Amino acid sequence: MKSFEFIAPRTLDQVVELLPGPRDQKVRDRVKLLAGGQDLLGELKEYLVAPDQVVNLKTVPGLSIFAEQDGRYELGALVTLAELEQSASLRRTHAMVAEAAGAVGSVQIRNQGTVGGNLCQRPRCWYYRHEQAVCIKKGGSECFAYGGLNKYNAILGGGPSYIVHPSDLAPALVAAGATATLKGKKGERTVELERFFTLPSEGAVTRENVLAPDEVLVRVEVPAMAGWTSTYVKFRERSSYDFALAAVALALRMDGGKIAEARLVLGGVAPIPWRCEKAEKALVGRRIDADTCSLAGKLALEGAEPLAHNAYKVPLAQGLVTKALRKLAGT
Amino acid sequence: MSDATSPHDAASREPSLSRRAFFKGAGVVAAGGLVGEAVQAAARSASLEPVRLEGTVELELDINGARQKVAVEPRTTLLNTLRNHCTPPLTGAKLVCDRGSCGACTVHLDGKPVYSCMTLAVDAVGRKVTTIEGLAPAGELTELQSAFCAHDGSMCGFCTPGFVMSISACLERNPAASLDEIQRSCSGNLCRCGTYPQVFEAALAAGRKLRAKGGK
Repeated sequence: MKSFEFIAPRTLDQVVELLPGPRDQKVRDRVKLLAGGQDLLGELKEYLVAPDQVVNLKTVPGLSIFAEQDGRYELGALVTLAELEQSASLRRTHAMVAEAAGAVGSVQIRNQGTVGGNLCQRPRCWYYRHEQAVCIKKGGSECFAYGGLNKYNAILGGGPSYIVHPSDLAPALVAAGATATLKGKKGERTVELERFFTLPSEGAVTRENVLAPDEVLVRVEVPAMAGWTSTYVKFRERSSYDFALAAVALALRMDGGKIAEARLVLGGVAPIPWRCEKAEKALVGRRIDADTCSLAGKLALEGAEPLAHNAYKVPLAQGLVTKALRKLAGT
Repeated sequence: MSDATSPHDAASREPSLSRRAFFKGAGVVAAGGLVGEAVQAAARSASLEPVRLEGTVELELDINGARQKVAVEPRTTLLNTLRNHCTPPLTGAKLVCDRGSCGACTVHLDGKPVYSCMTLAVDAVGRKVTTIEGLAPAGELTELQSAFCAHDGSMCGFCTPGFVMSISACLERNPAASLDEIQRSCSGNLCRCGTYPQVFEAALAAGRKLRAKGGK
């Protein structure tokens, strides 16, 4: 990796001062923020980014807060995935979030990887990750996956880039209705996590979220889900550890054997965590049986446009929807 | 927040209720978890300026219970530092993929397994680094290391230190770990020879020995 200046700030204000201005898109990668480093070091080693400065967030107090009150959680950007995975309290109230954290990478990655880093990690598409492939994600003119080898790429929401968002935590936190707080030079703003992620067709194609060049993700807040049950079901090509080929975050509020409310978000199939509102609405009032599972799977994947090598993701994701529903029904 | 002070120091941290207590704790991290001598000097002077490190810098690391001074760049990984900048070189952690995929470089940072290839040396200052060389006193083996010998847990042996580090942390937490837990604990380690069954046998046998001895 290229040589850089390593900066250990003492306050969050100093972090924001070190970042470029809110409109300095062209120079935003001259400064990179280091949290757990599990994505950043790979990017540095492959020269996908070559910053002049790396700013260590771990010397900033306040970013590791992991607080719970009445079933609501405040997760600082530096809370590790291992902490979420191992929290009995979170597993009780928001099982899908704890399960998703535990589905990320390996033990070693979860011990260092953080909430903020997991949500802000860059895509895994092999064209993007190849130092010499200047794809549309890196300022080039073409998505090489579209006409190339696209087994791992998007079937929903694609174009002009066909990456899939690699985060496991994101679908679970979106399903939980979480919000993200971002701090920039002009102060803080809070956005729904669902609106934090951007499609390549709506935001800048070289980015995956709304973070401005002067902003840092400081915390995520997760609302209480009393009366809900939830789960995260992930399918990977290699069972030891891998990114998702497809994943489902499902939360249900049951009432007398029928679904009263549902949240369904897919991972591994689109450039953002893919919320399935039509399926969520159709689930209301139904018992969990074979017809319900098949209806939910069909509606969740409505509009899917597979590329040459990833049509398998449609039945795979539908199967995972069924699996998640069955799991919550206990059948 | 109890007295947990960093994302790295508690085996299992439950969410807290009090923000104020957290900030008290976090102050300790900011003073104690910074990098290098320049940083410690800055902390002493009570300066709140960011600390900046560039070019070759001298760091003091805590490796296997001993202080080790190394001269490295901020971009130098902990793995590179262990293998090429320590005296004597600590070559137990292996350089294989260098991308956090294979686990051959696994070491413990504050008792937890991490990929040393995906950790900057500057980020390890103020934290306890344990490598395969430091698991047992010189000339001795841990129960797990002995079990690897007794159960043929190595073929070519290149991945072995990484497996031992991952499984050690698992057995340390729970000597009664099930096969499933052991497999999960080392799922971030690859063995191209495919010695997995013997590795698991060794781990289960070491767990039994540890339990019989009533702990470690």
